[in-house]
Amino acid sequence: MSTVRRRLTEAWGFFQLLLTHRMGVLGLSVFALFAIIALFAPFLHTVDPGKSGVVENILIPPNSQFWLGTDDLARDIWSQVIYGSRISLLIGFLATILTIFVGSLVGLISGFYGGKIEEVLMRITDFFMMLPQLPLMIVLAAVLGPSIWNIVFVVSIVSWPFAARIVRSQVLSLKERAFVEASRCIGASDSFLIFSEIMPNVVPLMFAEAVLIVTEAVYAEAVLSFLGLGDPTTVSWGMMLHFAFESGAMVKAPWWVVPPIVSIVVLILGFTFLGTAVSDVLKPGYKEKRGL
Amino acid sequence: MPLKGFAGFATRKALAAVTTIFAIICLNFLIFRLLPGDPIRMMFRDPRVSAEQLQLMTEKFGLDKPLWGQFLAYLQALFQGDLGISFWQKRAVLEVIADRIPQTLLLVVTALTIAIILGILLGAISGWKSGTRLDTFILTASLSMYSIPAFSLGIILMLIFAFYLSIFPLGGISTPASGFTGLGYWRDVLWHMFLPTISIVFWYIGEYVLLTRSSMLDTLDQDYITTARAKGLKEFAILRNHALRNALLPVVTATGINLAFAVAGIIEVETVFSWPGIGRLVYDAVMKRDYPLLQGTFLVFAVAVVLANLVVDLIYGFIDPRIKVGKAE
Repeated sequence: MSTVRRRLTEAWGFFQLLLTHRMGVLGLSVFALFAIIALFAPFLHTVDPGKSGVVENILIPPNSQFWLGTDDLARDIWSQVIYGSRISLLIGFLATILTIFVGSLVGLISGFYGGKIEEVLMRITDFFMMLPQLPLMIVLAAVLGPSIWNIVFVVSIVSWPFAARIVRSQVLSLKERAFVEASRCIGASDSFLIFSEIMPNVVPLMFAEAVLIVTEAVYAEAVLSFLGLGDPTTVSWGMMLHFAFESGAMVKAPWWVVPPIVSIVVLILGFTFLGTAVSDVLKPGYKEKRGL
Repeated sequence: MPLKGFAGFATRKALAAVTTIFAIICLNFLIFRLLPGDPIRMMFRDPRVSAEQLQLMTEKFGLDKPLWGQFLAYLQALFQGDLGISFWQKRAVLEVIADRIPQTLLLVVTALTIAIILGILLGAISGWKSGTRLDTFILTASLSMYSIPAFSLGIILMLIFAFYLSIFPLGGISTPASGFTGLGYWRDVLWHMFLPTISIVFWYIGEYVLLTRSSMLDTLDQDYITTARAKGLKEFAILRNHALRNALLPVVTATGINLAFAVAGIIEVETVFSWPGIGRLVYDAVMKRDYPLLQGTFLVFAVAVVLANLVVDLIYGFIDPRIKVGKAE
């Protein structure tokens, strides 16, 4: 119980530090905005986002009934943008959880055990880091077929090596520390050392990496869907752009194109600023520099 | 006896690159075996194709052999430059890709050169004036440009400059049926190239600004800069001769790593502007479900990135005196 409380206090302190960083405030606000939109989407949309309308309503510019206009199937743009935030955030978070899980496991094991295991794992990591990410994601997504889960999997495949590298270098320095030695001396098992002694100290770093991976995942969903690899049955910003692009409406109906682009850009910028703030705040000496 | 100095360094790097390329070939082979369904059936979707003909094709492509035999056949074909036949274009994949290479190189080399030069300049200024308003502006702008997806940058530029202002064309590499020749043709190409180039430059420049800036900040902390200041050298002379020159080393190393990342920008921007290069080919292959072509483009991009990295490594090894005399590593 006391450990949980201590962790909560630490997290609260970290959150307050983030609020002293201008980019942190900006990033958190953007995230909060989209989280609220995604959560309350059923109350915010005006028309069923997936439902096609009547012929008279095809490609009409914004008006009082369709706030952001309609697309070539007479679907309401506003409702699609609202629901699109759900897909972006969902894929962002699921991919991040999977990536951090795999990356941390590889990083912890290779850093802790060293030797042959480390060499093999790091070779694989380096190989994946070397591959051009987008083509690999495209090829995998094309072969696996269009679905949200496949995009989550594909994003994780290209991002885990970065997490693994960062965690490993941290573990290398941690495992030599006195508290790990002490624990080992009283006969702690490897798994205890890894998960109870070393891992808690890697968490802040993983958090910084996680923000970057969310950004990467939101981007990946958008670009893969834009390139025609998204699930055509789900409403997402990337899919909206893809349909607009394919139907040649890029310039015919700017109201169809601008809302998803603005959403993608604002969400990604928000996460980027948040990521910068998190890594700044985690740097030693941040409090002193700010005079806190 | 192991080779010493640069020769040894170069051999090791080249061997590593060959191993990586072999691993890429294996990966490329395996990924496309994950495809559901029968490849021969996919190629000939016509139900009138008889069982005997299908059998013949299966044997021709070696699909009756076990996985291992198929892999050997794939390797053998690969070494003969045979990347398969494009479903969509009904020609050899290698030919289809080769047709697109010059256009991609033209766009990429131009855009990356501009981005790298401008990026280093802005990064150096930003690092030199660190803490000022100018620095904050350059830093925030680069961070934003760098994180916005290239395709959205492309679409925004296209909407503003090609649609609303109508200054530049919407896409393609030249005006169709214009009859331009010689200089006129190249002017037309340059005019079409403008927006795609700017999109890649905008998106890629941030990386270099951030890299040069942080490298510059590290360099400015060094003793030799203080010495140069103490000698009473002019600020610009210190910047040019002492700081920037040393700050550039990490930037050179990063160029190789960034190329893997640059490929994404090429695919996105070429797609948005219908630029007839390999990037657009990836999109077309996806839309036409042309798997052999997709497999070919992936191989080309991955191998190109590995080779580019090798070149950067070798240049770096050549520059760095510690490697020349065999002391590094």
